[in-house]
Amino acid sequence: MSTQIPAELLYAPTHEWLRNAAGVATVGITDHAQHELTDIVFVELPKVGRVLAAGESCAVVESVKSASDIYCPAAGEVVEVNPSLAENPALVNNDPYGAGWFFKMRLAAGAASSLLDAAGYSKAIGSGSKA
Amino acid sequence: MTLQRTPLYDWHAAHGGQLIDFGGWELPVKYSGIIEEHLAVRRAAGLFDISHMGEVWVSGPAAARFLNGVLTNDLARLDVGMAQYTILCNTQGGTVDDLYAYRIGEETFFLIINAARIDADMAWLESQLDQFADRRQVSLKNLSGEYAALALQGPATAGFVDSLLPGQGLIAGLKPSALRKNGVEAYAVGTDKVFVARTGYTGEDGFEFVSPATHIADIWEAALRAGQSSGIKPCGLGARDTLRLESCYPLYGHELDEQTSPIEAGLGAFVKCEKGPFVGAAPLAAQKAGGLQRKSVAFQLTGKAPPPRMGCELFIPGESQLLANVSSGTMSPTLGAGIGLACLPLAQAHAGQPLELIVRQTRYPALVVPKPFYRRPTP
Repeated sequence: MSTQIPAELLYAPTHEWLRNAAGVATVGITDHAQHELTDIVFVELPKVGRVLAAGESCAVVESVKSASDIYCPAAGEVVEVNPSLAENPALVNNDPYGAGWFFKMRLAAGAASSLLDAAGYSKAIGSGSKA
Repeated sequence: MTLQRTPLYDWHAAHGGQLIDFGGWELPVKYSGIIEEHLAVRRAAGLFDISHMGEVWVSGPAAARFLNGVLTNDLARLDVGMAQYTILCNTQGGTVDDLYAYRIGEETFFLIINAARIDADMAWLESQLDQFADRRQVSLKNLSGEYAALALQGPATAGFVDSLLPGQGLIAGLKPSALRKNGVEAYAVGTDKVFVARTGYTGEDGFEFVSPATHIADIWEAALRAGQSSGIKPCGLGARDTLRLESCYPLYGHELDEQTSPIEAGLGAFVKCEKGPFVGAAPLAAQKAGGLQRKSVAFQLTGKAPPPRMGCELFIPGESQLLANVSSGTMSPTLGAGIGLACLPLAQAHAGQPLELIVRQTRYPALVVPKPFYRRPTP
């Protein structure tokens, strides 16, 4: 099964994506990650106002079988979290790059510079699919 | 340590099974997804590789008498062609294993035991046999390495199970679909015998096949073909766990261990203290007569919460003293809520008792509820 890796996003090797829009970035987990987890039944999000370092554990995704840490792809401050995930965590499975977003953050200067592009992430997960 | 593989390993690997280490066995936790597989079993049919389970052949003129002295259920009430859920206890009444005993003949029994307990069970049975006066009239053989098994479970399975094995049953001449609940038959495959029991670990109607390892892949493939029009799905250990938890069936190492009695685990119905002497009878009878300190109960999260996991702490609401640890927990696909089992002090072990579950420093409200979480609709 081919996995979706949108070309316009940036990626962390730990399977988070980041969409940067004028210094405020939306963060979520990749299609590959949601497919590996399957059956997401609970998402614990960071509090608004929390300042996160790149690579810091910032959220938890629970599938039926296990809990997985989600790592912040870049440094910054949380400014908004997705309120829909409390009621409907399966949005992460159904629409990982859209309605299943996790939180928005104001990026620290130059914070996203070390992230992978779609081709780099595709290579990292050994995916044959095109970006 | 090298993981052990079942005869179906290649099939699992080739069909998208996500393989994990389960007690030293490399087995699929899921194929398409735990919830999808769970619902397939509740609504139609699912197929599980349970080849890791152990098999012990016990035969001889004194086999029934020996076994009835080490198992808690009453084997004297077990007719030929029937299976019985029963417990192997130590002298303190703690649980060595929980198992199914098939009565294949008057003097022939097949014990289906937990994979992780094969060595412990054999050591315990052999030590008990050494002390048994008529030990020369009992043969005890561990056949776990030669046998494989699968579970075909779900409301649709009786409709196609008869096509998997040719011929009439060798015990009572029955087709599998004619078996009663807990009935057992044997079928000839070449020069071998394959056993089929109308038993399971899911709370649904279904059948378990115990076969010499060489035939299991053929039966597996035949089941998938025969069940295709019913929507059968291969299922992993993940769905096996959610299905058994909704039905409140215990899992050894979670609800049962050598320090926990079947009475504490809520299995008193399978402990027949009046049947005559057996290992653990005295402490078990004392627990039944009012000496019970704690009991396994079912609880459910009452709001949005992460699924409870084994080891999570439970409290009386607002209190800081630990009440108990969760023995098993999951998100129930049927209820859409977090559910679990825990062994509580007797004062709190009743439906309606409010609890708090701690996950990552947050307290979530829960409630002790009647067992089971799920009971299949009566036709």
